[in-house]
Amino acid sequence: MLYNSMDKIAVKVDDLTVAYNYKPVLWDIDLEIPEGVLMAIVGPNGAGKSTLIKAILGILKPIAGSVTIYDKSYEKQRRLVAYVPQKGSVDWDFPTTALDVVMMGTYGSLGWIKRPGQKEKKAALEALEKVGMLAFKSRQISQLSGGQQQRIFLARALVQNASIYFMDEPFQGVDATTEIAIINILKELRKAGKTVIVVHHDLQTVPEYFDWVTFLNVKKIATGPVKDIFNDDNLTKTYGINYKVSIQE
Amino acid sequence: MDITEYIQLVFTDYTLRTITLGTAVLGAATGMLGSFAVLRKQSLLGDAISHAALPGIAIAFLITGAKDTNTLLIGALVSGLIGTFWIRGIVTKTHLKSDTALGLILSLFFGFGMLLLTFIQKQPNANQAGLDKYLFGQAATLVESDVWLMAIVTGICLIVMLTFWKEFKILLFDADYTKTLGFNTKTIDILITSFIVLAIVLGLQTVGVVLMSAMLLAPAAAARQWTNSLAMMVFLAALFGAFSGVFGTAISATQNNLSTGPVIVLVASVFVVFSFVFSPSRGLLFKQIRFIKNRRDLELHKTLAFMHHIAETHEDISHPHAIKLLNNFQGYTRSTLQKLVEKDYVELKGNMWSLTKIGFETAANLYTKQVTENE
Ligand SMILES: Nc1ncnc2c1ncn2[C@@H]1O[C@H](COP(=O)(O)OP(=O)(O)OP(=O)(O)O)[C@@H](O)[C@H]1O
Ligand SMILES: [Mg+2]
Repeated sequence: MLYNSMDKIAVKVDDLTVAYNYKPVLWDIDLEIPEGVLMAIVGPNGAGKSTLIKAILGILKPIAGSVTIYDKSYEKQRRLVAYVPQKGSVDWDFPTTALDVVMMGTYGSLGWIKRPGQKEKKAALEALEKVGMLAFKSRQISQLSGGQQQRIFLARALVQNASIYFMDEPFQGVDATTEIAIINILKELRKAGKTVIVVHHDLQTVPEYFDWVTFLNVKKIATGPVKDIFNDDNLTKTYGINYKVSIQE
Repeated sequence: MDITEYIQLVFTDYTLRTITLGTAVLGAATGMLGSFAVLRKQSLLGDAISHAALPGIAIAFLITGAKDTNTLLIGALVSGLIGTFWIRGIVTKTHLKSDTALGLILSLFFGFGMLLLTFIQKQPNANQAGLDKYLFGQAATLVESDVWLMAIVTGICLIVMLTFWKEFKILLFDADYTKTLGFNTKTIDILITSFIVLAIVLGLQTVGVVLMSAMLLAPAAAARQWTNSLAMMVFLAALFGAFSGVFGTAISATQNNLSTGPVIVLVASVFVVFSFVFSPSRGLLFKQIRFIKNRRDLELHKTLAFMHHIAETHEDISHPHAIKLLNNFQGYTRSTLQKLVEKDYVELKGNMWSLTKIGFETAANLYTKQVTENE
């Protein structure tokens, strides 16, 4: 596979514990994600997958633990990281266009006050093209379908030109064609040496799409190469029920 | 008094001019800032802030014994800010929902403020009268310096908004994502909220505690109906707010004994109702019209498709068929047939019809997916 040098760790999570109320929803998570993998995070609803990503990205403050990106604190490495939130986390009736949303991906490198210019617009248009949404650039975002909105979010992250991508259920509610289009983009990112972490629900497609996987259910159950650890044992431990995957090979 | 007379009066009469300018500036400021509150789904925020300002007015009076607007409004500002940051605190520290926190602070501060007002009114001091004007506002007490203050605050607010436009926009749309880009969302949030507090406090004298939040919400809600661009929405909201001020003042000035604040709020509400009914893209009226039109088009298409179905069985597509045949089809009426003729899809000869070439092609393409994205 493509992760030839196991020594380079892109993301390292140490003893991470997160709670919204008293009861932790993530408990003592240790995680090392090697550079250049395309990793799935799997686990049942409420397992804490979104929470894990939010804690890594500093959106939530953990009770304990630390996160490093290429051996430095996340705050110092922010520019290397891009985020695709769950689609339902924003109000799509907001008065703005598809192009405008994608442009937001450039705001981080612009910093405070500076306005996006031609260069940023060009980058945004390229990203729209990549996700096949160029024709919709002037559309009001509420008039996009769910799958199209998902692709807009993906384009916004692509504009950031990051090294590490965190995506929360990018396949949610997209049709088969769009799913293939998106996975091809993710594979391209991996080919370019980027690290891509994806919250994923469809267990059937894990071996086909991903080379790395993390099982999560409040605690980390397992993490590693799909071919080594994607088995009934880990699935049963994660999902509680006795799992018989009809996954071949 | 007719309109030209009134307009003349606005320019010559000092009091009327002051009130008109004051309410216009106030309306513009609250409309502009209200857009942000509406888009953040913080509609109750304005209500909470204005009610939270009341005890500040009372306390400022009790401490200083002064009754001039500026002293009292500083009191209002302080207690408004305290209320706002308590709300923030409650939301982040506990797990109460933000509307619960808003409601809590609103009633707590307002109750306390009313208590203080009654206490003040019981005082033998003759000076106490008139504080209750802050409940419903009294535009007539506006003086030139008040208007200047409003104009300056609005100007500063405009400059800050233009400077941090990009930051405001992204925070309103997606706060979590904004954080990951390295922006301090708390700073942006405090900036927006502080200006909202400031605008509300400036409006208390004119519109009063009870109705102030309508000045924040109504212009913004109306503006949202007309546009899909944030900049346009903010601009329209400011415009609607300003017009509400001007019209409201005009109505209350020409009709004796109507107090200005409530009239301004009513005018703003008229903007809302009008916008919800008549906006071309989101309004109820045009939605209904579009719905009816779509249904008509559908009937037409169905009839055409049915005819196409019959015509297909013949080698010659223009072969005439009996109109009687169409009676078997449910959606068919004389008028749909007439419309199809008008569109050149169908030709009639006696009681026979035939499809034209365009008609046949249109029908054939009716239900294949339309891949038109002409933007
Ligand atoms: N804002 C919040 N306040 C309180 N509890 C929360 C909050 N967000 C999530 N939780 C709880 O934390 C747990 C983990 O939630 P999280 O959203 O991370 O799950 P998930 O694995 O992403 O689930 P899904 O597959 O449904 O997206 C759940 O039990 C959820 O109820
Ligand atoms: Mg989730």
